[in-house]
Amino acid sequence: MKVLVPIKRVIDYNVKIRVNSEGSAVETNNVKMSMNPFDEIAVEEAVRLKEAGLVEEIIIVSIGNKGAQETIRTAFAMGGDRGIHIVNEDNTEPLVVAKILKNIVINEKTDLVIMGKQAIDDDSNQTGQMLAALLDWPQGTFASKVKLNNNEINLVREIDGGLETLNIKLPCIITTDLRLNEPRYASLPNIMKAKKKEIIEIPIVDTGIDFKNRLEVIKVQEPPIRVGGRKVEDVDELINVLKNEVGVI
Amino acid sequence: MSVLVIAEGNSQEVDRGTLSTITAAQKLSDDISLLVLNDSEEILKSCIKIKGVTKVISAKGELEGSLAENIAPVIIESIKDATHVLSSAGTFGKNIMPRVAALKDSQQISDVCEIIDSETFVRPIYAGNALATVKSLDKVKFMTIRATAFQAAETQGGSANIVDGPIANTNGLSSFVKRDLSESDRPELNAAKIVVSGGRGVGSADNFALLDPLADKLGAAVGASRAAVDAGYVPNDYQVGQTGKVVAPELYIAIGISGAIQHLAGMKDSKVIVAINKDEEAPIFQIADFGLVGDLFQVIPELSEKL
Repeated sequence: MKVLVPIKRVIDYNVKIRVNSEGSAVETNNVKMSMNPFDEIAVEEAVRLKEAGLVEEIIIVSIGNKGAQETIRTAFAMGGDRGIHIVNEDNTEPLVVAKILKNIVINEKTDLVIMGKQAIDDDSNQTGQMLAALLDWPQGTFASKVKLNNNEINLVREIDGGLETLNIKLPCIITTDLRLNEPRYASLPNIMKAKKKEIIEIPIVDTGIDFKNRLEVIKVQEPPIRVGGRKVEDVDELINVLKNEVGVI
Repeated sequence: MSVLVIAEGNSQEVDRGTLSTITAAQKLSDDISLLVLNDSEEILKSCIKIKGVTKVISAKGELEGSLAENIAPVIIESIKDATHVLSSAGTFGKNIMPRVAALKDSQQISDVCEIIDSETFVRPIYAGNALATVKSLDKVKFMTIRATAFQAAETQGGSANIVDGPIANTNGLSSFVKRDLSESDRPELNAAKIVVSGGRGVGSADNFALLDPLADKLGAAVGASRAAVDAGYVPNDYQVGQTGKVVAPELYIAIGISGAIQHLAGMKDSKVIVAINKDEEAPIFQIADFGLVGDLFQVIPELSEKL
């Protein structure tokens, strides 16, 4: 079985972002970029399935500018086998991403897609569900445990207030949540090997998908800054201000 | 214009997120249909009384577990002439809404926190570190609503009609096995008026029990930072932050939490923030209304006792 793992290059989660001077987007120039953390978990899960002998090949796909290839190579160093880079200098909205991925799934004849539940830049949390819809496949979103038996997956997912268990048949889409696994660090020999793996480059215009954005960004602004108050000396003072000054207890 | 709201809840009543979503819907139209994916008499009776709802659509059939594969066609059939389809941005809405939007070839708008007009919305990006104002020209707009940004609709005073809705079928591709909800007498994190959260400073899963007497005294929900979840002190559904839950209670008490950006994104809209930390340089103090520098192992028992 082949598994497809879509990944996104985003501003590193440790970076404090800032809005550009035009107020039209978040500044990405000269900012540290890395693989979306949820996608790292997806790559790791695919590699574990391969190590367990349940998957033969892991195809990594990313949509974005030139830098995306560096992120694809990071996935290679973790255990990805080959890559597809859909080149788009502009942002690609989730619905367009899902349409492009649908075609790749059909062309590559993959039976399983594992992807992050959301990208930490636009926080949409849509693409996996949309891809499942377009393929008419079942979806196992926000997965924290995945067990593959023959052609069915027993999946535990994170829901508000607890956990839910589902059985879903292959082919299917899985989106990953935080506790699914802990992604590995790539070893130096694997980083070297990753440089030789193949990436096919496809300009987005050649995908045949209408990639025009549907949402017009009017503006991007920083949220109002919350200003801290003051320190209290001890527990008694704390109780006093909460009771008498702000009246919240 | 008319709005279809997808309700979420148990067999008795809809949840707080759905009530907030109804308030958001009222900013778009007076014609609000509520699709209930549960055919219990009780929930239907409570739904018709919700202020602002004009019609309650009662779906039937294979609704167990609200499987996206079974529910999506029910929602699509219920859209009729609705211009906006809304659900709360909890795990239920996040799971189902994009599936429906894609089938209707519409680019969903996630986590809407402000409605400017019928096609212009504000939503947080980068974990709330920036706010994007976006305009959608899709014919039917699919949106999930950030519940903490809208007041809950009143649960009394409405007089909606109940109509029979579509029947859900299963396609046999997915099946619901079980749901394990954390058993607790405490309020849900999303709905609590007071939240007491612990971070890595709490030190261990055993130490986390220290927060229980305090939460019990205050009638508070217990939350945690991602660092505490990653360290295995508490399950992930305790997590407050960018990758967890977004809360906005009257009072948020952060204990042993340093104040990483990722955590602040989940609680900075709380009305009053209290931080208790032994490190007086901890970033959490920069946004806390009241800070107490001290050893939480002394402060918390003392606080619980004196309250």
